[in-house]
Order: sequence, then structure tokens, then C-alpha cells
Amino acid sequence: MAILFARSRNLVSILRQNLGLSTILTRRDFSPRPFVFTASQLYSTAFVGPVSSHRHESTAAEIHPGFVQQSDEEDVQELEFPGGKIGYTSEMKFIPESSSRRIPCYRVLNEDGQIIPDSVFIPVSEKLAVRMYEQMATLQVMDHIFYEAQRQGRISFYLTSVGEEAINIASAAALSPDDVVLPQYREPGVLLWRGFTLEEFANQCFGNRADYGKGRQMPIHYGSNRHNYFTISSPIATQLPQAAGVGYSLKMEKKNACAVTFIGDGGTSEGDFHAGLNFAAVMEAPVVFICRNNGWAISTHISEQFRSDGIVVKGQAYGIRSIRVDGNDALAVYSAVRSAREMAVTEQRPVLIEAMTYRVGHHSTSDDSTKYREADEIQYWKMSRNPVNRFRKWVEDNGWWSEDDESKLRSNTRKQLLQAIQAAEKWEKQPLTELFNDVYDVKPKNLEEQEIGLKELVEKQPQDYPPGFHV
Amino acid sequence: MSATIHGAATALSTFNSVDSKKLISPCRTNLPARSKRCIVAGSDASKRSGSRLRVGHSQKLIPNAVATKADTSVTTGTGHELLLFEALQEGLEEEMDRDPHVCVMGEDVGHYGGSYKVTKGLADKFGDLRVLDTPICENAFTGMGIGAAMTGLRPVIEGMNMGFLLLAFNQISNNCGMLHYTSGGQFTIPVVIRGPGGVGRQLGAEHSQRLESYFQSIPGIQMVACSTPYNAKGLMKAAIRSENPVILFEHVLLYNLKESIPDEEYICNLEEAEMVRPGEHITILTYSRMRYHVMQAAKTLVNKGYDPEVIDIRSLKPFDLYTIGNSVKKTHRVLIVEECMRTGGIGASLTAAINENFNDYLDAPVMCLSSQDVPTPYAGTLEEWTVVQPAQIVTAVEQLCQ
Repeated sequence: MAILFARSRNLVSILRQNLGLSTILTRRDFSPRPFVFTASQLYSTAFVGPVSSHRHESTAAEIHPGFVQQSDEEDVQELEFPGGKIGYTSEMKFIPESSSRRIPCYRVLNEDGQIIPDSVFIPVSEKLAVRMYEQMATLQVMDHIFYEAQRQGRISFYLTSVGEEAINIASAAALSPDDVVLPQYREPGVLLWRGFTLEEFANQCFGNRADYGKGRQMPIHYGSNRHNYFTISSPIATQLPQAAGVGYSLKMEKKNACAVTFIGDGGTSEGDFHAGLNFAAVMEAPVVFICRNNGWAISTHISEQFRSDGIVVKGQAYGIRSIRVDGNDALAVYSAVRSAREMAVTEQRPVLIEAMTYRVGHHSTSDDSTKYREADEIQYWKMSRNPVNRFRKWVEDNGWWSEDDESKLRSNTRKQLLQAIQAAEKWEKQPLTELFNDVYDVKPKNLEEQEIGLKELVEKQPQDYPPGFHV
Repeated sequence: MSATIHGAATALSTFNSVDSKKLISPCRTNLPARSKRCIVAGSDASKRSGSRLRVGHSQKLIPNAVATKADTSVTTGTGHELLLFEALQEGLEEEMDRDPHVCVMGEDVGHYGGSYKVTKGLADKFGDLRVLDTPICENAFTGMGIGAAMTGLRPVIEGMNMGFLLLAFNQISNNCGMLHYTSGGQFTIPVVIRGPGGVGRQLGAEHSQRLESYFQSIPGIQMVACSTPYNAKGLMKAAIRSENPVILFEHVLLYNLKESIPDEEYICNLEEAEMVRPGEHITILTYSRMRYHVMQAAKTLVNKGYDPEVIDIRSLKPFDLYTIGNSVKKTHRVLIVEECMRTGGIGASLTAAINENFNDYLDAPVMCLSSQDVPTPYAGTLEEWTVVQPAQIVTAVEQLCQ
């Protein structure tokens, strides 16, 4: 992929400087130089080129354990320990719990939708920018209409992504269709970008006969193998080790693709977050971890979730390259995810992106966030820090979008959604057989029995079952 | 998918599916071609809506549900002798040779060869990416296996001890068992989760867990327990080829069992029980290590004039109620011998299933011998009392046969 240059700065040279991207397989500074490289170690790296040789370095026999070596250049004394040489000091210094300055976040557009001078970013064509904006607006309309539908009692549950449209769409735009996405639950925009239709979204929410999940999951738990979007599973963070597994699978098959997985700020407290990152790092798996730090985990503010400087600092603890990005800046998210994806695939390593944002909506339709946060705070983020408006300003300033386009898009999308909901509502639900299918690949005897038993029951007393309930 | 008849007595006569014996017709063809054909046959068989029996894989090979005595070879070939852990390794290696998607992951499975040497030599042969040493986090590497499986690989996940897989319960229950269902069949999870469990020799409570009782409720998974080198290899191969997630329970004390197994390729049906010793007076149902305690008790019982029928149920989920039912109809007395705790164990479920389905055929209440509801103590004498001993089995049989 050709990395294009923006403005007067050379993106590649910046990256080269900061990250040593010039050689694809950059040796880390603290990787131990093996004293002994046995034939079996060389042989067993046959599967994936030189990258996997790194995995053996730390297990290579050290000839002189405990031997204090002194290099000729400086008077630095180092000790041998498992894992490599470590310099020592007689000064007792504790690493502070936090650094004096928080890690800055990467941003390209200012709040008025103007490119910040001297920014480094991957340029976006008119076609791409317009598509991105359209999808962000569509996501907004979709969230609004489905939320209302839930309030009207037409669907049982919904979860909005209000305030996080830039993360949803810009990250999706930066990926290739072969990249496997393991979402948490606030990323329907990724599926939307990949071509899931509004009708398909509605069908899943209504759990009707056309739902690909066959009515077995709650609303918003979308999944589509055609779009490489794994079915959402409610428990938090379970997708992170699975993403390491997907990365491992892609690495084994040497595919030009990576795993991309999303998590919220609250989800990073789960054990699976730490294990998933650690595993991906040790396996050298091509995984991009995107953390949507939106400030709230239902009613738990991030100050009660962790004491670190957000999530980006945790990457280094696992040996993972990380970046903090302004999640409400679509261009920044696009550049960061695109670069991260390239790094993950070409260098076969995981990358962590912390996207700072704000959860404007309630956690879900089962939540009323005004109970635990100020209405002013919500208003502020909704109006002044709105990612959709910000990107819209930039697109409009470029002459690629107009007021007319805006009203047409919103009214068309709204119409389409209302029609989709009406159709999905009318569509019949799954028959009884779908209760017992797909538990295994082929129905076992006990399930067949249970199905027959239930069928008989329903046929005997149809008045006890809701109308339209069919076997 | 189980080649069994499950249901009340009347259903048996009307059941018109293929007799399981007929299905196990040996098919001797060249090995490589046979393997290829097997995959196709398997997938076709499962797609045929009329087929209630998922025996596609076993149709072309020589599945042997009825075990012969441990020391006789089942085919005309000479066979070769090996230990149970070697049989597992052989099965795993053959499957890894046959299908490049099969991979192994777990703690110390690579160059160390696994804590019980089941994966010995595999890392040297297949590389350390395909036989993956993972950091210590059971939930994570199980989750990793699930993610890899959803993307097309066939991972064999090893828990160093079954007890540690309790940490992976979330991934096993909420994802492994469920994702095929909740995704509407879009994603399959053909993983094998295996490891040693059961009461060993003074390993302490945490290393003596019987996880089959905790996992038996999880919908979407299958559970099998191996007990001999023959069925260990056969079940390992069948589990790897299965499209469903399968949990293969091995026992810490059985790894060094020696037996001669066929040279030819074979697999064991995942849903079938094994007839260890046909008899007339009483049906003894058991699995894993208790099979050997039962056989030891059987020797004593034979001397005393009893004729017990011993069945190694092998398939813990779902139960092979066809074989079990036929036996109950013959003997009318059932004794279940297991290593699980009394409460909520496999025996408890099996008792309920037998009572529900074969109540009319029982001359005496189903008796179940299990471990007590206590954590397994370390002290040797105490530990011995938590495991069902042959003497207890003899007494129970005598009691039931009065």
C-alpha cells in the first residue's frame, strides 16, 4: 500500500523516526541476542519466516548466566537475567504511578472542521469522505429511529452509538473487507459500512424469520459471516482473546488480513483484556485492538474504573505499540486505524488504539443516564463536540456536501428505516424447529425428543400460546 | 446425531432409523483416498435432512463401538502396543497430518511436550506455531481457540489439568457452546477441549476435579471420556473431526495403560457406549478410571457366581441410551459406578434418564456409587475413601441382586 503524503510533512519519515518502521522486522532494543541458535530452533521457525525466530530468542541458552558484562563504549554495567540483560543502578528509584504529562491524543481536524496546520494524516478522497459522512449520518438516523421504536414497545431493547459515529465509520473505512471484525456491541457502524442493509438490521432487532441469527439473540447482537463480522456475544471482553485466536489463524494461513476488535473503557478491567493483549503480543498475531474510551461504563465513570492514564499506557505493558487518538475526529481515526492495520499485517504484531470519545446516549434503553451524570455534560458533548457535525463541516467546506444533500439523505434514510421496521414487524417469527436447530450440527436424539414433546403440547393446547406461534 | 434410540419402550419398535450395527460395516480402501472421501461423506451426511445419524465420518472407517477385551486386536493386522498417552498422541498426530487446519494450544504443549507428554514431539514436527505454547490464562487460550475455530482452524485446546478449565468456563459456556446457535448457524466452533482430570494420587483437591459434572448442562457441547488406548485414539480422532465442540476427558492415572491397537486407521463413534463385558444379571454403567475398578470387582463377582454386564458409557453428553436401554431390558438391574460427586454428577443425570425411560424394565431401584460431596483430601487413606473401591462395587451388586 502506498502511503501518501499530506501537507508538507512526510508521514513515512515521521513514522520511521518514531517507530523504526523502515525495516519490516525491526528488532526491539531489549530483545536478547541469542548466544546459541540450535538447528532445531531454526527448523521450527519454518512456518512463518524470520518473525517467529523472535519467539525463540528468550529461550535460547545463555552461556554465562549471572555474568556481569561491561561493554566497551560506556561504563554501563549489566546483569544477565532470564529475558535478557538489564542494567542496574544503586539509586533506589520507583517508577511513578503516572507520568506528569498525559499521553496526548492524535487529532487532525479541529472542532470547526478545519485541518490543523501541519497535521500528518492519510488523505481521504472526495468519494470516500462523502461516503463516510453519509454513513455517519445514516448511523445517527438509524440509532434515533430504532431507539424510538424501542420506546414505542416495538422492539424489546436497543443500544445506541450516539457520539461514537466517527469511531464506527472511520475505523470501518480504514479496513479491508477481509479483515475480521470482533465487535463488542457499540459498533454497528462497522457492519453498516460493510454493506449490511437497514432491513437486515431491522430483522435482527425484531428476531424475525429473515434474521440471520434466527431470532436467537437479543436486538443489536448482529453477526454476519459474509461481512466478516462475528456475532456479538453479551459477556464483556470475551471477544479479545478470540481476536488473538483469529489473528493466530490468519497468521497461520498467511492471509493479507488482520483481526480487529473493539472494547470499551469498562471492558478493559476484565481479565480477558489483559490476557487477550498479552496473547496477541506473544503470538505476534496481527490484531488491532480498538478501545472506545467513552468515559462511562453504564454508571461507572472511568475514574472508578482504573487509575492509569487511560488505556493507551497499558499497551506498552504488554509489549504492544499503541496510540491515543481523538475518537471524534473521523480523519484522525481513519489514519490511525489504517496505519495500525498495515503495521499489524506487514509486521505481524498487535496494535492498540485508544479512541477518546464520549457516550452521548444512555448505555442502552434499559438505562437513564441522567440519573448519574449531569444533563449539561451530555448536552455539551452532543452539541459542541459532535463528531458528525465536525466532519460535516470539513466535507462541506471542501464543497463536497450541501444542505440539500443533507436533508435528502436524512429524509430518505428515515423513510427507508420506517419501512424496514414496518416490514420487519410484520414478518413472521421463527418456527418452533429453530428452537432446537443449530445447538449441534445435527440434532441429537434428546433434542429431537424434546422438540416432539413441545410440538405435541402446542398442538394440544394452541390457546395457551401466542397467536402466530407456529411449529 | 446419536445413533441411539432415545425414548420410551413403545418408540423402539416404531423407530425406523438405521440399525447402528449395520452402519458399522468396515470399508477397506486405501488410506489416503479414504480420508479424503470421509470428509465429503461426513459433510454430506449431516446436510441430508432425513439423516438423523451423524455417522458420516465413521461410515468409511472402522468405528468399533463394541470393544473387545483389552489385549486382543480387532482387525486382521498385527497391531502395535502402546501406552494411552501415546495413543492420544498418535491420534492427534494423524489428524494433524491429515488436516493442516488442526492445531494445538495450551500451556507447555510445545517443546515441553505437554505435562503428560501427549503432545510430545509434535512441536518439532509441525512447528511452534501449530503446536502453540500459550501464556497462563485458561480463559484466554480457550477464547483464542474459539476465535481461531470461527475463522476456520480446528484447535485442540489442552488444559494442563481439567480443574484449571474452570477458569475457562465463561468462554466454554457462553461462547463455545452458544455461538453456533446464536449466530444462526453462521459460525461453527469445531474445537476439542481436552485434559487430564479425575482423582489422582494425592494431588490435592484443586487437581482432582471431575469437571464432567459441571459441564454437562452446557448446551451445544459434547462430552466423551476415554478409558483405554484404543478408545483414546479413536475418540481423539473423532472429536477433532466433529463439527461440534467436544470436551474429551482423560484421567490422570490412566495415561500409562498399555494396550495393543490396530495399525489401520480407525475412529470411535462419539455418541456410542462400549460393551466391556456382556452379562445377564446386572448392568454396571461406568466410565473412565472406574471401568477398571468395576472390572476388578467383576472378577470377584464372577467367582461368586454373578454375571455382570459392564458398559463403559464413554459418551457423557449425550448418553447412549440405546446401548444402555438394551442392557437394562436384558438384566433389569442397574448399578452406576462413577468418580463424580454424589450431587449433580454424571451418575445423577444418568439415574434420572434411566428412570425416565426404562422404569418399566427395572426390578430394583437404580443404584449409584459415587464419591462423597467432599473436596478430595491429600492424605492417601482419606483420598482412597473418596473413590469407589472394588469391594464396594461387589457389595452393591450383591445387594441389588438379592
